[in-house]
Amino acid sequence: MSTSTVDLVDYDDAVRRYDPVLGLEVHVELGTRTKMFCGAEVEFGGDPNSQVTPVSLGLPGALPVVNRTAVEYAIKIGLALNCSIAESCRFARKNYFYPDNPKNFQTSQYDEPIAYDGYLDVELEDGTVFRVEIERAHMEEDAGKNTHVGGADGRISGAEYSLVDYNRAGIPLVEIVTRPITGVGERAPEIARAYVRTLRDIFRALGVSEARMERGNVRADVNLSLRPTPESPLGTRTETKNVNSFRSVERAVRYEVSRQAAVLDAGATVIQETRHWHELSGITSSGRVKSDAEDYRYFPEPDLVPVAPSRDWVERLRAEQPELPVERRRRLQGEWGYADAEMRDVVNADAVDLIEATVAAGSSPAGARKWWMGELARRAKSDDVELAALPVSPAQVAQLQGLVDSGRINDKLARQALEGVLAGEGDPEDVVVARGLEVVSDDGPLLEAIDAALAAQPDIAEKIRGGNLGPVGAIIGAVMKATRGQADAGRVRELVVERVG
Amino acid sequence: MSEDLTRLTAADMAARLVAGTVTSVELTQAHLDRIAAVDGDVHAFLHVSADDALATARDIDARRVAGEDLHPLAGVPIAIKDVVVTRGMPTTAGSKILEGWVPPYDATLVERVRAAGLPILGKTNMDEFAMGSSTEHSAYGPTRNPWDLDRIPGGSGGGSAAAVAAFEAPLAVGTDTGGSIRQPGAVTGTVGVKPTYGGVSRYGLIALASSLDQAGPVTRTVLDSALLHELIGGHDPRDSTSIAEDLPPLVDAARRGASGDLRGMRIGVVTELDGDGYQEGVRARFAESLDLLRGLGAEVVEVSCPHFEYALGAYYLILPSEASSNLAKFDGMRFGLRAEPAEGPVTAERVMAATRGQGFGDEVKRRIILGTYALSAGYYDAYYGSAQKVRTLVQRDFDAAFEQVDVLVSPTAPTTAFELGAKLDDPLAMYLNDVATIPANLAGVPGLSVPNGVSDDGLPVGFQVLAPAKADDRLYRVGAALERALETSWGGPILAQAPELEVKP
Repeated sequence: MSTSTVDLVDYDDAVRRYDPVLGLEVHVELGTRTKMFCGAEVEFGGDPNSQVTPVSLGLPGALPVVNRTAVEYAIKIGLALNCSIAESCRFARKNYFYPDNPKNFQTSQYDEPIAYDGYLDVELEDGTVFRVEIERAHMEEDAGKNTHVGGADGRISGAEYSLVDYNRAGIPLVEIVTRPITGVGERAPEIARAYVRTLRDIFRALGVSEARMERGNVRADVNLSLRPTPESPLGTRTETKNVNSFRSVERAVRYEVSRQAAVLDAGATVIQETRHWHELSGITSSGRVKSDAEDYRYFPEPDLVPVAPSRDWVERLRAEQPELPVERRRRLQGEWGYADAEMRDVVNADAVDLIEATVAAGSSPAGARKWWMGELARRAKSDDVELAALPVSPAQVAQLQGLVDSGRINDKLARQALEGVLAGEGDPEDVVVARGLEVVSDDGPLLEAIDAALAAQPDIAEKIRGGNLGPVGAIIGAVMKATRGQADAGRVRELVVERVG
Repeated sequence: MSEDLTRLTAADMAARLVAGTVTSVELTQAHLDRIAAVDGDVHAFLHVSADDALATARDIDARRVAGEDLHPLAGVPIAIKDVVVTRGMPTTAGSKILEGWVPPYDATLVERVRAAGLPILGKTNMDEFAMGSSTEHSAYGPTRNPWDLDRIPGGSGGGSAAAVAAFEAPLAVGTDTGGSIRQPGAVTGTVGVKPTYGGVSRYGLIALASSLDQAGPVTRTVLDSALLHELIGGHDPRDSTSIAEDLPPLVDAARRGASGDLRGMRIGVVTELDGDGYQEGVRARFAESLDLLRGLGAEVVEVSCPHFEYALGAYYLILPSEASSNLAKFDGMRFGLRAEPAEGPVTAERVMAATRGQGFGDEVKRRIILGTYALSAGYYDAYYGSAQKVRTLVQRDFDAAFEQVDVLVSPTAPTTAFELGAKLDDPLAMYLNDVATIPANLAGVPGLSVPNGVSDDGLPVGFQVLAPAKADDRLYRVGAALERALETSWGGPILAQAPELEVKP
């Protein structure tokens, strides 16, 4: 066997013969104004090392102070995940040397998480609700970011030198860890994806993070193992790191199921290891082997006192919990008047936020759904991107529908206008003007075209004059053709009747 | 010959500044001259910031003339232990790994010192990263004891203690993780106070063991320590372990103690901190001091703290564990020394290893290895975990003792200053110097050392007072009372009994 090819078992075959068990670790960057342990302000996209203090640079003598807002956000997340909130919990030091880790230890909660023992009900595509048990949600800080210069594809191997940006170092994170998710069967990929997406929706609903996958605000580590039957003990798992889109979560699970099944089929054992996810090729590759040699020498962080959220505070936060995604969907479905199946499609396409924003920008709910679930969904699929990643905003979609509603363009023209928007030609208004897509509403040119059509088809003209409106469509069709689709069909019909009557 | 201003106490200097009979520039210059004259022998300073100190002095003199309301210690010079970060002033913690590092920020206590207008004379020598009891582990050479230049000045803060004992500074800041303020005080005939844990901000102290470290005053009199303690102490929101309460009135307590009345004060002698291993002269002076205290009206009783005998062992697990993590940041990646491997590829990991290999001294490496081992999976419970349990037992001993008495007392150090090099090859013997001071750090309670005489060998010894957490005022009351009684019996301060240092032009 060549080392470059990996044996894979067909997915359906694999899940017929093995029982997959999932485990998900999701990191969310909290949207606090300042970092977890110091006052450095956090903003996306600042110059390298412009958002640092002696604390986040790990300078000698600097000391951490816990960000109260970050604790509040962590509690909110814990409550939304139906967790118990610790009466007192501590931070620990996770010791390891790496240049992006300024103190050479990460300050993280270890055996005393702020939230523990919860669950999250996840709605699947067909409306089934699957319950995921949450082991814990704990607070920690992010590391800096390394850039490797001079090698291929920014990889460290072959690089001439590396740069470190500590802007991200110390940004507050909450890590949510599930218990082993069993009973998933062939729906493992779908469940993994739905779980991460539901979490993302919760982070946004709570206002604790922008939760933008493409910026790495939400990062998932996917643990997967196979066992012969649901009654067997858990198999050896792999941990695929930094899977950063919903689709990738789904694909990574599928891939690991196929790969591990092939390993087991060959009579070999799965190695407990960290694996890297390769977005483009859709495969995982071996990272470092997890072994006993990896010892983080955790001990309680002596520079911090325990975090002891008062019960009053927790109860106040519980009372203030905003509407969570499931409730919100129910409410929106009522407001929008969508059928169950329609709403489910909207949810599965991750279009709830987009449609809500489109409606807020003035579109009818039906119009918003028509565009996002129709033309735009097709486009996203063919481009293999998430809907939200398309270069069109909800406001533009609302404007497009407004143009249709006002009769300035019809649906066919609107599709052309949308194409222009996606091509970067500006707002729908601009595209309509620039491309000359407006419906011809001036009666003069229409009458000219009608007269020409009637003259060209005298027999039809005769029938209409005789009061038989049946063949009027032929005249309208001819007019539409003559005006290259820019005529308002209703108006043409009126004018034909006037002309012959 | 004009009066030697350096012989004044800090309180007297402050009074003269207020009275206008001396200027801060005169005081500062007198100390800079003294440093120039004796520090070649003593080597208390790693860095002398003459220009900076004189600039501050001139500024304070001008502001005083302008009638500005100044801090009581404004214009009195001070020295800072080199483990405390000072903006724009080199800070090495006695290590090669930080040679040439100039911090971009001030420790909170330095901010307070600067805001109050105390000219900073410079940074004082210390055992590397405060690991040691003799200042011999400084990467920049040892400090010598002004009482006998062939002897150690204690450690780790030997530089601060020697600077004050040699009249190179009236005030100094030290740090005390297991006795690094008090033990040097004892062996140099100076006063040193380790405040209650959380009493003085640790923000800007290069951490040795975070749960044990405390900064505190190093001076020649108990009153001077109280004055400095009040200046640098108090809550700091940048240190999570800082106590969010006002300090008790310390200067008042020192003044009250100096009146000589200790009636109603119950003093407990810790049974376990005496006996074998304590030098004869140390024990004799201790017994005499107890008599003096009785004479002042105090009731002296024996108190047993049965778990103190395990304190040293627990300390030498907790300290290295925390230190191994605190010192991980010294890796050549962001600041300080950066060494490349002698051969082979220059990867980050190998640069870190080369930097740490070259930059750290043997004692630091020893403790990093000990701590790394103690925290390792499989050993954590047996070592770090057990040590924390002992720590709790020591705290309970203190709690029980302070049910019975107001303060506890003991000799500060078991012996007087030993000769340079005498214990360098025997770490365990070196560690035993701190046997009496360590329990206070483990429990977070405050401690003071005040000189209480000279042993048979002609070297000074110290008397330790320990008080309950947040009752630092009791240290000053008892310390000042004993100091006054002793000075009356001696007819002057203890340093008058020290030999004069040779003044080099």
